[in-house]
Amino acid sequence: MTDATANSSPEGAGKASSILVPDERTRKRNAAEARFRLYGLIAVGIGVLCVIALLVSIVFNGVGAFQQTGYTLQIEFKEEVLDKSGNRDLEEIKTVKTFAYKPLLREAVLREIQARGIDTPLAEAKVKGFSSELDNLFSDGAVGNLRNAVLANPDLIGQTVELRILASSRVDGYLKGRVTRESIARDKNLDAVHLDLVDALRDEGVVSKGFNLAFITGPDASDARPEQAGMGVAMLGSFFMMLVVLGLSLPIGVAASIYLEEFAKQSRLTDLIEVNISNLAAVPSIVFGILGLAVFIQFAHLPQSAPLVGGLVLTLMTLPTIIISTRASLKAVPPSIRDAALGVGASKMQAVFHHVLPLAMPGILTGTIIGLAQALGETAPLLLIGMVGYIASNYPGSVAEGFLAPNSAMPAQIFEWAKRADPAFYERAWGGIIILLGFLLTMNIIAIILRRRFERRW
Amino acid sequence: MYDTPNLENKVVTNETKISARGCQVYYGDTHAIKDVDVDIEDKTVTAFIGPSGCGKSTFLRCLNRMNDTIDVCRVEGDITLDGEDIYDPKVDPVQLRAKVGMVFQKPNPFPKSIYDNIAYGPRIHGLAKNKADLDDIVEKSLRRGAIWDEVKDRLDAPGTGLSGGQQQRLCIARAVATEPEVLLMDEPCSALDPIATAQVEELIDELRQDYSVVIVTHSMQQAARVSQKTAFFHLGNLVEYGETGQIFTNPQDPRTESYITGRIG
Repeated sequence: MTDATANSSPEGAGKASSILVPDERTRKRNAAEARFRLYGLIAVGIGVLCVIALLVSIVFNGVGAFQQTGYTLQIEFKEEVLDKSGNRDLEEIKTVKTFAYKPLLREAVLREIQARGIDTPLAEAKVKGFSSELDNLFSDGAVGNLRNAVLANPDLIGQTVELRILASSRVDGYLKGRVTRESIARDKNLDAVHLDLVDALRDEGVVSKGFNLAFITGPDASDARPEQAGMGVAMLGSFFMMLVVLGLSLPIGVAASIYLEEFAKQSRLTDLIEVNISNLAAVPSIVFGILGLAVFIQFAHLPQSAPLVGGLVLTLMTLPTIIISTRASLKAVPPSIRDAALGVGASKMQAVFHHVLPLAMPGILTGTIIGLAQALGETAPLLLIGMVGYIASNYPGSVAEGFLAPNSAMPAQIFEWAKRADPAFYERAWGGIIILLGFLLTMNIIAIILRRRFERRW
Repeated sequence: MYDTPNLENKVVTNETKISARGCQVYYGDTHAIKDVDVDIEDKTVTAFIGPSGCGKSTFLRCLNRMNDTIDVCRVEGDITLDGEDIYDPKVDPVQLRAKVGMVFQKPNPFPKSIYDNIAYGPRIHGLAKNKADLDDIVEKSLRRGAIWDEVKDRLDAPGTGLSGGQQQRLCIARAVATEPEVLLMDEPCSALDPIATAQVEELIDELRQDYSVVIVTHSMQQAARVSQKTAFFHLGNLVEYGETGQIFTNPQDPRTESYITGRIG
């Protein structure tokens, strides 16, 4: 104060400073504060911009995966093709291969062309035979779907039914703007004639885009059929993995941290354990992957690519997170609560389980869910135990199979799709990221709700 | 020199409840309590006074083995309750603490309902056979804690929602709910205003009918008001122990005199 007066008014030593005029020191201080606020605002702004850019690009790239192009066609299930003897014997129907279903599709689309009077050279395309120019309009899997529908319901034979037939990924891409007339110039699968027909069929409402439930619930498909690939089986793989992680890491993590925090005497050993747990949390996840490969697969001979092994590896990775957050929330419970419980004659365990643990619960749950969310998004360790690269095309038949049969996981599936050559898979990868983010968001919301519900004042 | 030096406190010699002989307490290398001998009588309020850090709270916490929760704390010497060594390896400190209840400096109700705060002790000790029994215990304890009238209509309200003074009386009620024989109070009024303090002091005087009460206090007026016996601690030593009236009017040790007249401390 006296300094400031001396600095700001050297000429008038006796003049008292006015609080209406900020002295030089105050001005400097205020300027520094204003600058700091500006830096903070800029930092927050950059962060928000990055998040917005990320979300926009993900949604922009991925939202297409949730729509799929299909034809609405009248399919005539001809008895003379599908069931020559006419006795609807399922074994006999099974002997009819997908090849025989191809003409049904071709006829159906030709019927539409004629009925709507569309002028196209493809109207002359052949119906019979190994291949037809019309085949490129449809997904390779479309005939398989028809055969599955007949096997599931043999009564379809002899009827004409309106069905939605999956379009090929090129046609799908054309409707979504991914494939253009320029880009197919050197494409041997599809040419301008096809696109003219697709345009005409679209105007007639035969070809349209619809919500793609199969992407969310369906299995993955091979390289040639991106339009059929879905997340469903990988989602189940992730689900079973998360069950293993939750079932192992929550009890082990919470028990370990309660013991360390409340019961263990402070000693060199506990200090050592503590340091090691903190270090474990910083170990790169791929290290846990190779550990899992060595211990669980090569030594314990657990099945490769199985969600059980994935879950075990991710448990190792999640444990430190859970232990650290649990210990922090146990530490945050005021010691007066422990004293109060011990003071009325509760045993140490009663004090912990009746009073300390309920108060620490919100923190423990939050830590657990964040640990699980981390594990859900983890890809690197799955690489080493064979969950990446496996084509998850079969649903697990039972709960045991869910744990033990080879499967993929959501992030591994996304990585797998991003690797494949066809740009249609690229779109699926972004779509998969939207689903994964949806799960993570849901888990975080659950964490917040649980925290709110269990939170108590003291 | 004090507002109400209670020199008229009746001095009735009761039988000894807790007895300490040659008690030493160490925190790591620090010698916190040095060779304390004291006999605490039944149905008497005993006050521990002394400057901060003199070891009175430490000694109090030895009496129900609350110091066991501190890793570095070590207790030597004999402390007996009704002639039984409380540091005997066969003694379960949990059982001991049910007999020797404790009230802490800061009111620390559980973040549960008022009812559950009181009922917790009886529940874990199996004192109530059924719900009606438990209701009785809760009411009786709250009445003993002189807080029944204030909370009888809101037993389901959280104990943490009460005022500081009410919380402390709730904690006292919680301590008596387990039917202890000795009640240890570690500066129970230090966080309370004068009105709440007066209520708690009145309560302590009533509790004397049934319990042996040991109170640690920084306020010499309070010691003079509520206690029959006073022990003065200084630097880990028990300097003087005797009738409250005698300690405050005719201290034998010059250190006691300096402290109560405000020259040290």
